[in-house]
Amino acid sequence: MSDIDLKEQKEAINVDTEKGNFSYPENYEFDAGVGLDEDTVKYISDVKNEADWVREFRLKALDIFNKKPMPTNWATEDLENIHFDKIRYYLSKGQQPSRSWEEVPDDVKETFERLGIPEQERKFLAGVEAQFDSEAAYSRMKEDLEKEGVIFVGSSEGLEKYPEIFRPYFGKVIPSSDNKFSALNSATFSGGSFIYVPKGVKLKQPLQAYFRINAENFGQFERTLIIADEGAEITYMEGCTAPKFETATLHSAVVELVALKNAKIQYITVQNWSSNVFNLVTKRGMADEGAEVKWIDCNIGSRLTMKYPGVVLKGKGARGEVLSIALANNGQHQDTGAKMMHLADNTTSNIISKSISIGEGRSTYRGQVHMPKHLKNCKNNTECDALLINTNSRTDTYPAITTRGENNTVQHEASVSKVSAEQIFYMMQRGLSEGEAMSLAVNGFVNELMKAFPMEYSVELKRLIDMEMEGSVG
Amino acid sequence: MSTLEVKNLNVSIDGQAILKDFSLTIPKGEVHALMGPNGTGKSTLAKVMAGHEDYTVESGEILLDGESILGQEPDEIAHAGLFLAFQYPLEIPGVSIANFIRAARAARLPEGEEINAVEFYKELYEKMDALKMDRKFTARSLNEGFSGGEKKRCEILQMSMLDPKYCVMDETDSGLDIDALRIVSEGVNLMRGSDRGFLVITHYQRLLDYIVPDVVHVMFDGRIVHSGDAELAKELESKGYDWVKEEFATATA
Repeated sequence: MSDIDLKEQKEAINVDTEKGNFSYPENYEFDAGVGLDEDTVKYISDVKNEADWVREFRLKALDIFNKKPMPTNWATEDLENIHFDKIRYYLSKGQQPSRSWEEVPDDVKETFERLGIPEQERKFLAGVEAQFDSEAAYSRMKEDLEKEGVIFVGSSEGLEKYPEIFRPYFGKVIPSSDNKFSALNSATFSGGSFIYVPKGVKLKQPLQAYFRINAENFGQFERTLIIADEGAEITYMEGCTAPKFETATLHSAVVELVALKNAKIQYITVQNWSSNVFNLVTKRGMADEGAEVKWIDCNIGSRLTMKYPGVVLKGKGARGEVLSIALANNGQHQDTGAKMMHLADNTTSNIISKSISIGEGRSTYRGQVHMPKHLKNCKNNTECDALLINTNSRTDTYPAITTRGENNTVQHEASVSKVSAEQIFYMMQRGLSEGEAMSLAVNGFVNELMKAFPMEYSVELKRLIDMEMEGSVG
Repeated sequence: MSTLEVKNLNVSIDGQAILKDFSLTIPKGEVHALMGPNGTGKSTLAKVMAGHEDYTVESGEILLDGESILGQEPDEIAHAGLFLAFQYPLEIPGVSIANFIRAARAARLPEGEEINAVEFYKELYEKMDALKMDRKFTARSLNEGFSGGEKKRCEILQMSMLDPKYCVMDETDSGLDIDALRIVSEGVNLMRGSDRGFLVITHYQRLLDYIVPDVVHVMFDGRIVHSGDAELAKELESKGYDWVKEEFATATA
């Protein structure tokens, strides 16, 4: 545990429990209507005034999406409850992202103020992008970074203004055909961050994006591409919330990271979607020679999350890491994991996954580590621990490790533990409430791993966990 | 009303009676020892007092300073001022001793009040020094990988940091070597005073050489069958528990 006082945390929670659960009346200039067909995709492309190649890219992806079956042969059948014909694919107020909060429309500005984004920006961020439904309402980066040549823009602006930088990697780390949802995103993408960090530039403070869904029956399909040129370093953080609507909401992002020679990218997610959001996200990084890609992925919210951040270790000596925490409460299924593709000698990867299942909550871990025969001195370490709180919880582990080379090493450890009634009794005898006791046990379970997280995010995460645990006591 | 009072308590588990019309009164300022053979209901009594939910209370009362605590949640009973030093303290992985005690303290504060971290650590270190615990222990996960003696010292540390009105100590001497026994006893003796009552549950007399009780009770078959002063414990030590059983058999025949 950190030195944060439990009481303090609890107070913050009381404010926070309903923090994301509000919405403003809808007022959109551009609306692609309900359902998805070629016209929807063309509408989005027209609104964005896109180049022909982007339009073609979208239409081709739509075709792939339509042809690919739902992956229910291996994934949950809950996917069948997504009604693509009832979703709205594009909603925007038609404005360019503002560079000052004063220029952001009032309802949107209030939304982000209630979520504390401008405050965080002042405190510790190098830049912020705040997306409201389909488009960014606010985007700003510190001026000195602009002078150093750092680019931090939305996907449309990135493709339009800097095609020479972004086009070579766009859709290359994750092709549209990777899976049904990457195809969906490729057809309908809007918003997200396109970032380029020039050679040798090391960002001392993180860039952050905040994704907010405001409208009901809406699908958010942001697209992010981060390129760290040789020797560059960047930390990017994303957060998200949505109101608790009656009907299901869809969030399906594609995030591609490119770390060129000796570059470092750290990508941090704290996912706190409301419990009716289908969160189906494809995330993959490519690490060139001596480069490092690290995913820190925390899933607290959503109805169903399917997400397996991966790293393609393409150059010699590349390193990949996935550190993840998933918390599945009643009515939630966190289906998460990691993929490591070793494609060069001396590459190393590390996967540490901690899942917590509470009540009827369900956690699934799917891991894939691939090391072909011809490679030498590759290493993988996989640790995968599950904590169960009460007997109805369910956890499944599906590790798939393919190692063929004789000079490669793989280490895999898995554990399942329970918070026993006796542990709870012991803690309650010391004066903690049942919720506080469970919260402490869960924080203890993830404590070691959280030390690897940037401080601001471990504080936020602890608060979210406490909130979930308090709420899980009947 | 400055007493911890158990009145005609009948407790069963899975239909089997464990405590049978058990009564006991511990005034503040006194140390009562509860002795008896294994399986006679001593630990059950301790757990029921602390609000463990596995037991069925058929009838009776438990009053802490006149207020009923029976049927309350374990944390409410703790807040009322009862501390149970466990026979087998539980391991809580990843939660440090310092943060655990701090959280337990914080849970007792009124809304809006905060713990002064500097004062907290000063007090914690003083008490650890008294129990001859290495200060590095504060960062260790609670009871995880501790030896038997370390666990018991950690229980006494928590007990003194939480400043309870009544302390129930369940077989605190088990698993302790003679040095640890002395240190733990000194820790308990420092806490003795007119504002606190103790119930020391033990199977053996040797703990009572260090924590000299005001009253000794002998428990058998779910009730107290004998009470006396500290000498009674010594008598038990030399005679064993068999005479208690024999006497009990004659009395109930």
